[in-house]
Amino acid sequence: SLSLLLFSLFRKKKRRIEELTEKMALDVGSSGDWDGRWRHVQKFLERSGPFTHPDFEPSEETLQFLLETCKILVIGAGGLGCELLKNLALSGFRHIHVVDMDTIDVSNLNRQFLFRSKDVGHPKAEVAADFINSRVPGCHVVPHFKKIQEFDESFYRQFHIIVCGLDSIIARRWMNGMLLSLLVYDDGVLDPSSIIPLIDGGTEGFKGNARVILPGMTACIDCTLELYPPQINFPMCTIASMPRLPEHCIEYARILQWPKENTSIPSLLVLMCLPLYGVALDGDNPEHIHWVFQKSLERAAEFNIIGVTYRLTQGVVKRIIPAVASTNAVIAGTVPSRENTALFAYVPLNNYLVFNDVDGLYTYTFEAERKENCSACSQVPQKLQFPPSAKLQEVLEYLTENASLQMKSPAITATLEGKNKTLYLQTVASIEEKTRPNLCKTLKELGLADGQELAVADVTTPQTVLFKLNFTS
Amino acid sequence: MTMADHKTNKDQRYDRQLRLWGDHGQEALENAHVCLVNAAASGTEILKNLVLPGIGAFTIVDGHRVSGEDVGNNFFLSSDSVGKNRAQATTELLQELNTDVSGNFVEENPDRLLDNDPEFFHRFSLVIAVQLEESTCLRLGSVLWNAAVPFLVCRTYGLVGYMRLVVREHTVVESHPDNALEDLRLDQPFPELTNHITSYDLDNMEKKDHSHTPWVIIVAKYLQKWCREHDFQLPRNYKEKEAFRQLLREGIRKNENGTPEEEENFDEAIKNVNTALNPSKIPTAVEDLFNAEQCENITSQSPAFWVMVRAVRDFVQAEGRGSLPVRGTIPDMIADSDKFISLQNVYRERALQDAAAVSRHVESHLQAVGKLPECISEQDIRLFCKNAAFLRVVHCRALVEEYGVDTVHKDEITSCMDNPDSEMVLYLMLRSVDCFYQQHSRYPGVYNYQVEDDIVRLKLCVHSLLQEYGLTVNVKDDYVHEFCRYGAAEPHTVAAFMGGAAAQEAIKLITHQFVPFNNTFIYNAMAQTSATFQL
Ligand SMILES: [Zn+2]
Repeated sequence: SLSLLLFSLFRKKKRRIEELTEKMALDVGSSGDWDGRWRHVQKFLERSGPFTHPDFEPSEETLQFLLETCKILVIGAGGLGCELLKNLALSGFRHIHVVDMDTIDVSNLNRQFLFRSKDVGHPKAEVAADFINSRVPGCHVVPHFKKIQEFDESFYRQFHIIVCGLDSIIARRWMNGMLLSLLVYDDGVLDPSSIIPLIDGGTEGFKGNARVILPGMTACIDCTLELYPPQINFPMCTIASMPRLPEHCIEYARILQWPKENTSIPSLLVLMCLPLYGVALDGDNPEHIHWVFQKSLERAAEFNIIGVTYRLTQGVVKRIIPAVASTNAVIAGTVPSRENTALFAYVPLNNYLVFNDVDGLYTYTFEAERKENCSACSQVPQKLQFPPSAKLQEVLEYLTENASLQMKSPAITATLEGKNKTLYLQTVASIEEKTRPNLCKTLKELGLADGQELAVADVTTPQTVLFKLNFTS
Repeated sequence: MTMADHKTNKDQRYDRQLRLWGDHGQEALENAHVCLVNAAASGTEILKNLVLPGIGAFTIVDGHRVSGEDVGNNFFLSSDSVGKNRAQATTELLQELNTDVSGNFVEENPDRLLDNDPEFFHRFSLVIAVQLEESTCLRLGSVLWNAAVPFLVCRTYGLVGYMRLVVREHTVVESHPDNALEDLRLDQPFPELTNHITSYDLDNMEKKDHSHTPWVIIVAKYLQKWCREHDFQLPRNYKEKEAFRQLLREGIRKNENGTPEEEENFDEAIKNVNTALNPSKIPTAVEDLFNAEQCENITSQSPAFWVMVRAVRDFVQAEGRGSLPVRGTIPDMIADSDKFISLQNVYRERALQDAAAVSRHVESHLQAVGKLPECISEQDIRLFCKNAAFLRVVHCRALVEEYGVDTVHKDEITSCMDNPDSEMVLYLMLRSVDCFYQQHSRYPGVYNYQVEDDIVRLKLCVHSLLQEYGLTVNVKDDYVHEFCRYGAAEPHTVAAFMGGAAAQEAIKLITHQFVPFNNTFIYNAMAQTSATFQL
């Protein structure tokens, strides 16, 4: 069963990391502890129970492992991150790293309880770490004011468990891809000690979910990509010519009016090297929001649309997701009980939990299933089925629009006549310009053959995804 | 700082939650005063989640001295709090979360407060008790029940969470349903809608207008046609609906070659046939409110909610001709701006008219009981009418009823226990643990050496509980063992989960938005499952 695997896996992992860390002198003794400090935790670590897994051996060593050895990474120091850090610190975890690239905003203060008004503008990771370290004696939180993409495999490999409290699906998928890239296969057999469990939580308003992922063993983020519906945008023709909702008016001001009216007067020189020079709309700049708000009001008045407000404008421009402290608390409350070693013994077969408290309180747990041909975790070669007459543009659209791929800005390369050739790359303007004409060419015109391998890189994964081109007639 | 600055600052600080419960919900929060009995970890976690969103005030009642164990699982205590009064120590660290909130504490054991000054508890918008022993909880429960103060009991016991809501009557206007059906009245169009539909002539339209006609108009037009051909009956079953969809399909314009044009509005119409044919009827939950005693007898003491329920009922029987006031909103649909806005205005204006009619009924009821019409605002009546289909009232049973041998909900317990691992078994175990406490003045298995013997003692408690209530159910020994293992520990993560869940319920009770649970919630942290029971 899953729980058995998870448990034995964790023990192997524990042993491996113990060996690794044996030589590191850790300056944490029981000196910081006081009488009764861990009594709430110890009952679960040191007593056997009828519902724990047979493999679970209650002992005093487990607490020592938590306190002295176990190393955990928290990604995101936002609403969920603050809760997670607190819960981990009070459950006995002392070696915690936290990664977050954001700084504190006033609108965070209604739920991110490690921050105060005086902290606005400071890095979330650093303020959160300082707060926990001073409130919980002996806890050692190491902050990283960085993007997750700035770290390589050697950084991630040092952790026993990674807990994710992110609001970005792209970042989640990247993290998922990173942990999959750490897996070691011997003759096609997965080496369990290379697995780092990923625990992922997310909230939106009064709803939330939490899940446990054992990379390579249980459903990964990409296996269940259908659970994250792609962002729906209003059709351009609605925005441009037949607005009906206040949101349509705001999008008109944001997408069409702002770039037109906020492009600095282009000198010939600027025009020559930077054709799209302009001031980017900044959702955090009140003047910018006010400008969009005024323009949206004008647009709405023209079409007799009512309901444009400053708050709605800000919501649409920044794509704000409503958030409250309580939902984060609930989701974070389900998360650490899953990784606390003592509670590991209970891990149920179900690996996905959904929570909703709009009408009463409702939780639902189920087993998310692995997708046989998952592009991230399956080791199964991915197929692209197109007729030779299809244009590269169609392949690009497939990669971004297919519900189980949902790539963002895929870069496609192929080996042609022994040379690596970039067919299309969007993220670097000069290369984009050079490769753009390829989009209108057919696969045949590009010299691609049946069975050709295409390597696709994207922000959703640190690894390149290999596709095999299958010509259909 | 000027008042205006303070307001903008608050708007920014609370932006993410104002999008959920609005300025009026926030105002209700800021006027609320919540009392917490016992500042154990579960309690401070609840308060944290109320102080952050800006509750008006809180008062902690706690007579305990802080122990080392308390500091171990409570984020709002520090190691130098040991020995201090727990109410005082936690108030200091909770207050620091948000300066808009007024934090107070009473260094008193709740039992003593109930002896000397039970009216102390009457002043609160809500009282929350955590980790409170049974006898005190029942006493407090009856004081609050008689004073009609909502009471929320919350408990973390090992890997089990428990929450009980005790409120006589809780009314909800804005229940924010997740998947609300639209209110389009296509099965019984009101005259202004019929006129508006008639103003369209689909056969003699420019091509562009034809493909920019809202689907509501298209369906309404073809329904008229269908009814003329079918004895004035709407399509009822799958077969008829399919035939109606075919009729819509045939309405799509064709080009010179006879192939259909692309008309997305017709596609939308076909897709929405079910929505459109959904009969406009009064939900049973709302019917029940119409038949309630509080609706029947309006007095000068009647809350605004019930006066409005009655006015809506009067409206249904008179102007509404059997229907609720029109909601006045329509979903977005493919259409050009003018056609959409004029259709929207037809619904919106009708909704305003209906609300005005309801308002006249409100006025006459208020007048009849000698109250001024201003005591219920026009704005409140509009909001009420807009939500008329989603009104909810929650009645919880009193704790005395749950605990009474003659009034216990035996059937609920017995039927749940058909599955011996139902969360109901955890409820029975919590009750047994309380029974243990009553006999031994301590919880089972607090110290390691007690565990073995306490298993036997707790098992006896289970038996006497089942016997007392005449319950013929089987409680597995494993649960007895497991609860002794817990030793009344309050692990922080379970406390944090319960703290989030309880705070959310508190917010629902204070804002009268969203629907609270009724009345017992059990969380099983081992299996990560939960259940709600009516006890
Ligand atoms: Zn996968």
